[in-house]
Amino acid sequence: MGKALTAFEKIWNKHVIKEEEGKPALLYIDQHLVHEVTSPQAFEGLRLNGRKVRRPDLTFATMDHNVPTINRENMKDEISIKQMEALKKNCADFGVKLADMYHPDQGIVHIIGPQLGLTQPGKTIVCGDSHTSTHGAFGAFAFGIGTSEVEHVLATQTIWQDKPKTLNVQVVGELGVGVTAKDLILAIIAKFGVRFGTGYVMEYTGEAIRNLTMEERMTICNMSIEAGARAGLISPDETTVEFLRGREMVPEGEAFEALAEDWLALATDEGAEYDHTVTIYADEIEPQVTWGTNPGMGVPVSASTPTIADAEYPDEVKRALEYMDLEENQPITSIHVDHVFIGSCTNSRLSDLKKASKIVEGKKVKEGIKAIVVPGSFLVKQQAEEIGLDKIFIEAGFEWRNSGCSMCLGMNDDIVPSGGRCASTSNRNFEGRQGNGARTHLVSPEMAAAAAIEGHFVDVRQFVGVPS
Amino acid sequence: MEPFKEHKGIAAPLNRGNVDTDQIIPKQFLKRIERTGFGEFLFFHWRFDDDGNLRDDFVLNQPKYENATILLAGDNFGCGSSREHAPWALEDYGFKVIIAPDFADIFYNNSLKNGILVIKMNEEQVQQWMKKAEQGLTLDVDLEKQEITDTDGTVVSFDIPAYHKEKLLNGWDDIALTLLEEDAIQAFEEKRA
Repeated sequence: MGKALTAFEKIWNKHVIKEEEGKPALLYIDQHLVHEVTSPQAFEGLRLNGRKVRRPDLTFATMDHNVPTINRENMKDEISIKQMEALKKNCADFGVKLADMYHPDQGIVHIIGPQLGLTQPGKTIVCGDSHTSTHGAFGAFAFGIGTSEVEHVLATQTIWQDKPKTLNVQVVGELGVGVTAKDLILAIIAKFGVRFGTGYVMEYTGEAIRNLTMEERMTICNMSIEAGARAGLISPDETTVEFLRGREMVPEGEAFEALAEDWLALATDEGAEYDHTVTIYADEIEPQVTWGTNPGMGVPVSASTPTIADAEYPDEVKRALEYMDLEENQPITSIHVDHVFIGSCTNSRLSDLKKASKIVEGKKVKEGIKAIVVPGSFLVKQQAEEIGLDKIFIEAGFEWRNSGCSMCLGMNDDIVPSGGRCASTSNRNFEGRQGNGARTHLVSPEMAAAAAIEGHFVDVRQFVGVPS
Repeated sequence: MEPFKEHKGIAAPLNRGNVDTDQIIPKQFLKRIERTGFGEFLFFHWRFDDDGNLRDDFVLNQPKYENATILLAGDNFGCGSSREHAPWALEDYGFKVIIAPDFADIFYNNSLKNGILVIKMNEEQVQQWMKKAEQGLTLDVDLEKQEITDTDGTVVSFDIPAYHKEKLLNGWDDIALTLLEEDAIQAFEEKRA
């Protein structure tokens, strides 16, 4: 038997085309996902140099960042229209498959990859979007790249990579009732910071991770980038295989069984060594709420905002509290919101919407709150409607929208106004992220739903009948 | 890409940690389909108030940094979104060199691909230069020698992976280089088919 290897090392070894000491390796890319915002300059670069897309069959494009979530037929933003027209033309000219705004496969690029089965264990996956780390939930090596690299992958189907180090994020014990995958990843980033993953591929291990569904695993891996990691990864297992069985882009019958066997063999070997390991105890984690302006500035819902003088970087805390218009030592449950956003590549899958709908069913959104639900894809929307989730949300006072990135980054009309405060299931609480001057609190779908009903943050475990 | 050999310029201090690319270039400016013209939107909401007037309290708005070409930045500079519009905006604004204790991964790569020299330097040294920059600091950055010379003649050396250095010095086009490996790529594809 050979040396025990991590899943990442196995994937890496299978994709190296060329490797020399002291230089980055040339890696083959199995799947390239493309969207309208980070690709126009890349296609233009190909044109200027008379280059082609090497493997259009391994490239898939959609429109997600810019697309309106209402009145799609009546778009007014000329610059957005131009950007989407550019993608359409680029895909037609270079032979790339495109799920445009009206296509049944349209959705947030990180939602539709797994949904179609384009995302598979063992693949190298890139996209001009930092949340490409999402796909690592399947035991793929998936990472975000810039536009120059998008052009490089289009032209060569390869990328130059320094081999990242491996980091084992070991989750010990079980998550409590009412504590979600989102709370776990927020707690990890709050504990270890927004840069502890820099230079690493983070593999999440432990019982709590194994017990997560694929959709929950995607939420975890999605936010690996918020810890600075090159990629997040979870070893494939039966849960992974069953999620992919029957999806459009995976084979059927014996071919699938053979593939599934290969996938399972990719799991990290017992005794494999990581460059570094950190440990977090799942049973100590409460529902989380961020109070500041980066994803590491989060605390349990029962806690308060920090004391400036006690902080490691007092200036940063002071500045963040000022931007957020919060006091130091302010209880989280005293923070009132005026916007609630359920959506984004972190939390807009069917299970997210189901869980949020359970909280709001038969209740009303607090007066004065604008609450929207933006399903992650056209298909998620359709499936949700089949089981009546749209009605539950609409009756409670939510707006039910079409799919896209929407209020996560406000490139379309879905923005939080200056001074507004949003309970958001997205991934970034940066200054101005949801709109210039907007204040963002990152939470789970359940916590966002409960805030919509109560008008301020509450411990969602009160809603699910667990004493807090 | 223009070759980068040496650059001498005024240094501006941006003494904040975890500056994310949403701050460097806000989302409303990502809809353009060109690579150029992003400089005027750099740090948009830090530079301008809601009425479009320059904010007095933002460091780059101080007249002494008007012609700055070297940015001294805090830890984890360029975190968050992978948008290459961030280095495009910095470059278009006039920055040729960024010096910080550490950079976010994707931003670091994106910068090098646009000919911006990103230098990882120990925090103490960066802080020292930030203090000096308040009084006015010119740095002479020599990539060939991997040395930075201070206004008072102090010389500090810096590290950069040899591979990146070679590419910057020569201004090589990444894709053209990779296409030299065409046979190896094709062989790899055939082996896996």
